[in-house]
Amino acid sequence: MRTMAAISELRARIAGIEGGGTRHAAIPFGLPAIDGHLPGGGLAGGALHEVAGSRELADDAAATMFLAGILARVPGPVFWCLRWRDLFAPALGHAGLDPDRVIHVEAGDDVHVLLAMEECLRHPGLAGVVGEVGRLSLTASRRLQLAAGESGVPAFVFRRASPVGQRADGGAAVTRWRIRAAPGEALDMPGLARPRWHVALERARGAETHEWIVEACDAQGRLALPAALVHRPAAADTARAAA
Amino acid sequence: MLPDHGRQVVAAVDAAARALGIVPGMAVLRARSLVPELEVVDADPQGDLLALRRFALWAGRCYSPCVAPDPPDGIWIDLTGCAALFGGEEALLADLHRHVAGAGFAARIAVADTAGAAHALARFLPSDRPVTVGPGGQGAAIAPLPVAALRLDPGSVDALRRLGFARIGQLIHAPRGPLARRFGRDLHRRLDQALGHVPEPIEPVIAPRTPRCRRGLVEPIATAPAIVRVIGDLLDELVGRLAGIGKGARRLDLFCHRVDGQVRAVRIGTAAPSRDRDHLARLLGQRIEGIDPGLGIEAMTLAASLVEPLAPEQHETAQSDGARAPDLAALVDRLANRFGQASLYRAAPRASAMPERTVRRIAPLGTSGGAGWDDDLPRPSRMLASPEPVDVTAMLPDHPPAMFVWRGTRRRVVRADGPERLHGEWWRADGHEAETPYAVRDYFQVEVEGGGRYWLFRLGDGERPASGPMRWFIHGAFA
Repeated sequence: MRTMAAISELRARIAGIEGGGTRHAAIPFGLPAIDGHLPGGGLAGGALHEVAGSRELADDAAATMFLAGILARVPGPVFWCLRWRDLFAPALGHAGLDPDRVIHVEAGDDVHVLLAMEECLRHPGLAGVVGEVGRLSLTASRRLQLAAGESGVPAFVFRRASPVGQRADGGAAVTRWRIRAAPGEALDMPGLARPRWHVALERARGAETHEWIVEACDAQGRLALPAALVHRPAAADTARAAA
Repeated sequence: MLPDHGRQVVAAVDAAARALGIVPGMAVLRARSLVPELEVVDADPQGDLLALRRFALWAGRCYSPCVAPDPPDGIWIDLTGCAALFGGEEALLADLHRHVAGAGFAARIAVADTAGAAHALARFLPSDRPVTVGPGGQGAAIAPLPVAALRLDPGSVDALRRLGFARIGQLIHAPRGPLARRFGRDLHRRLDQALGHVPEPIEPVIAPRTPRCRRGLVEPIATAPAIVRVIGDLLDELVGRLAGIGKGARRLDLFCHRVDGQVRAVRIGTAAPSRDRDHLARLLGQRIEGIDPGLGIEAMTLAASLVEPLAPEQHETAQSDGARAPDLAALVDRLANRFGQASLYRAAPRASAMPERTVRRIAPLGTSGGAGWDDDLPRPSRMLASPEPVDVTAMLPDHPPAMFVWRGTRRRVVRADGPERLHGEWWRADGHEAETPYAVRDYFQVEVEGGGRYWLFRLGDGERPASGPMRWFIHGAFA
């Protein structure tokens, strides 16, 4: 009995050291395909996550909406720390994030964005803190991860214009996502269908890397699987089984 | 006009009178003979002085804690460390000029390292725009000005002129001994003050009835921990005084009186009235590095220059339950004090036809009031600061482009949606409308190969040349 208690206490302590989000509720995407893949059934709350688009502005725009969709489903104020001035607030509402909930912090450069993030992360009760930077050092990522773990506020470092294929270096983040625009469904009539994204989980603590094609956030911030593609992973499995 | 030895002389003139050749110091009789319909008003030096003091206090509220009247016609503002909150010195000066001009005054503004040089440049360098002299540049800047710019008595100015000294530059290079014997120490004191060789203390004005307290220090202090300790003492007293009158601080000004007579000041603001000693101490502590103690600080004054009612109950709930709202105010204060009030904001809708003008900034804890943006209109999540021209290949004038080149990369358009036609605000004198007053913008969302979605527009409706030059621009990117 005492051994069991000791082991479970050790487990809790290891989880605490790892900061893997066990102490704070996870943020589910509401999409079983992704949630089932992540430990805890969603994005770890109270942890640092890294999100990137690419050098293409449209991919950074997609990553912006991906973030807005996540934050739309967490109650509380959002602090969005900026280095560039191209965030267009009216679009956030299209992913369900009420622009009224977002407090912009124009911090000026990478160092100040990270400082501002850390300051915000010390305050429990926020829905999340986003920081847009060009680079993220290992030390900075550790500090953010620590601050997020203590307050339980999820932190998102948005690597702007990050080249595809760049080695994931910001060490302490629990997950690293790369969001890229994917071709939308071809309609019979002129016009554009719901946008699609290529969502890549490039690194995750306690999970394999994975890629999904999803339909972009709706007005409630929810992702969806494209109807025509739902069976594709299953088909791939069959192929592997046959081989 | 002012009485002077039994005759009446002109004390001050406006621009119209000056244009007619009337200058201060002229006898009123003579002025009347020049312009019979001249309107003459009795001078009121006492009233002017009071007005100048009120003006200084206003500038103190808006721009800097450290402000003083510079009679008879100027004020001094110590801008050290204040420009960042406005997004730069130029923005601060533009704001100041706009406010003073808006109140119906002619304003002349100069910025320099020393009060003496700023005084001289504001009055003797003709310019309707603010004059800024870079660090250390005051010597070169004031050299061509007349000696009268040095704030000397009129007798000395006349005597210098008779000796052949017309410009300050000549004085800078002249041997000092003979001049000092003839004019006393005052001449070189003024010169050295303007050049920054000797300090010129400015005693800041503080509005009457401002809750404040002061600590004189037996031993001058210069280290951060010592300053923090004194701030703590001052806050203990000030917070008690604020509690006594049922107020909380929205703004605190800390003045450090140095042994050399200079005053260094820092200012902090809060988003909500506060009597939380620890919170205020933290905010002031963030700013300590901005205080240059020089050879030491011999006294410190802490003034609550802006207070608002704060009931005692409110204060206690804020402390005990650690609720979200007061916590947010504390966070906002800390960020605002570090990055500047202007860099912290929420976005709120503004009615405008042009998308780039539909966002205005409101205070981080303010209320937007009113409806949001129209969620049915497609709007990019990343918008370029200003639209960038792109080279396009379009099949038909009224069709979306089939291909466009932006920043050197060619993108083939696979699908498109649009146009959404926006009519330029031709009554505005800036932006694209200035170039093409009747401009129409036709916006298209296009999806390029690979899936990226961009927001392009054509300036012009595709038919009538008067509606715009038919050039294409990129304005943003979608998800």
